[in-house]
Amino acid sequence: MAKHEVTFPVTDEREIAKLRAGDEVVVQGHVIGIRDRTQIRMFDQGQRAPMDLTGAFLLHTAPNVRQVGEGRYEPLCIGTTTSARMVRFTEPLAIEYGVRAVCGKGGFPDEAIEPMQKHGMVYFAIVGGAAALETTQIEAIEEVAWEDLMPECLWRFRVKDFGPLTVGIDAHGNSLYHDVQSAARKKLEELYARL
Amino acid sequence: MSIETTTDLQHAVEDAAAYLYVWSLKDIPQDLRDALADAAKRETSVTGQRVLGTILKNVEVADETKNLVCQDTGIAVYTCRVGEHFPLHPTRIYEALRDGTARATLEHPLRSNTVHTLTRENTGPNIGHRVPIVHWEFIPDWDGLDVKCVPKGSGSENMSFLKMCVPADGVRGIKEFVLDSIVGAGGKPCPPGIVGVGIGGSADYAMYLAKEAIARPVGTRNEDPLVAQLEEELADLLNETGIGPMGLGGDVTVLHVHVEHADTHMTLNPVAVNYQCWAARRATAHIAADGSVAYDREA
Repeated sequence: MAKHEVTFPVTDEREIAKLRAGDEVVVQGHVIGIRDRTQIRMFDQGQRAPMDLTGAFLLHTAPNVRQVGEGRYEPLCIGTTTSARMVRFTEPLAIEYGVRAVCGKGGFPDEAIEPMQKHGMVYFAIVGGAAALETTQIEAIEEVAWEDLMPECLWRFRVKDFGPLTVGIDAHGNSLYHDVQSAARKKLEELYARL
Repeated sequence: MSIETTTDLQHAVEDAAAYLYVWSLKDIPQDLRDALADAAKRETSVTGQRVLGTILKNVEVADETKNLVCQDTGIAVYTCRVGEHFPLHPTRIYEALRDGTARATLEHPLRSNTVHTLTRENTGPNIGHRVPIVHWEFIPDWDGLDVKCVPKGSGSENMSFLKMCVPADGVRGIKEFVLDSIVGAGGKPCPPGIVGVGIGGSADYAMYLAKEAIARPVGTRNEDPLVAQLEEELADLLNETGIGPMGLGGDVTVLHVHVEHADTHMTLNPVAVNYQCWAARRATAHIAADGSVAYDREA
């Protein structure tokens, strides 16, 4: 399993193609914070997100922040939420916005594998709950949109050495979550037989 | 210090609640730290080691920066043990817990998570209709109050499961349901954590017991040897599933299984599962009748 450093937003698709499920990745550049209500507004209520998401890395988060001025916030504690609730937005994020990476905890179910392969996207697994560490890797909150959805706004963070992340689903049809789940189901049959 | 009025005592409980909420979010108990360190020693997979290494580092960073361990400040849950002679009525204790929760949220400040369940509009500083949630136990021949704060993150709370097994399903049915639930939950509840299992009673009470179970000191065993044996057997079985840290595969799927039980109807066999993430936050205050407070991270 290889180790990589990737800077987002990406402009070269090879940066995504080189990543394989299980690889370790550290991210530089910019990360976009997004959550349930943000994506409900974008896709169910049809409002165009007021931020360029081309080649972007999206993080499933609703941060704890302190307001320090109009539209200006500083991070208090930023962590990551469960991704599975938001899986249905995967393909529209690729088609309508050109997003190339989604990062969260707990993984995406199998329905994400095909769109990720088709559109050259990856899913990064972060360690859920490790927010104290994650906060130290966020250098600044550079932009916030849709503040009325607080804390589920659209956030642009500048990050340094963000990670370590694990490639959970790659752009080649591989998913660690799928592999772990099928092995565990097989194992369950054996365990049930022992009860 | 002498307490002249219930108002003073109510303020003492409110102060304790405010302190407990923030403290529990920042400083996880030693028994949990030990269990996580032990998990890191046992884990052999590369991804599992990466996850557990990050978790241990995160706990250190939270200590150093005095930050929250996890950003999810949870839904505020308190368990109260009220002595029959404690000179403040539970109505006022509830008020104090609610006011303390709100004060901590505003003063720190903490993220406010509580919303109306239909409109999804935020209801204020982590309080709302029937929030915080309080479990009550009443203790005879005692004049003290123990308040335990258990902020419950949604990632793990969403992984709660209830099955009304039938008597013919037996203990095997209970075991199968717990195994199936935790495998199905995969990485979503932030494993490796504490699996709380409630058995017996009624449908609602089984889930109540499962929540009581996750609030116990980490790795303690049920007093009933039969139940204690079930706890150990379930933990061993779950750690064979290979789900691993954050569901990315590995040896350590759970830190411990805690089971609480109640007697039940002859035709009932309820089993409830309530998951507690690896950041299993809890903190306790022992409050005496005179309003003096002793804080306790290990209870």
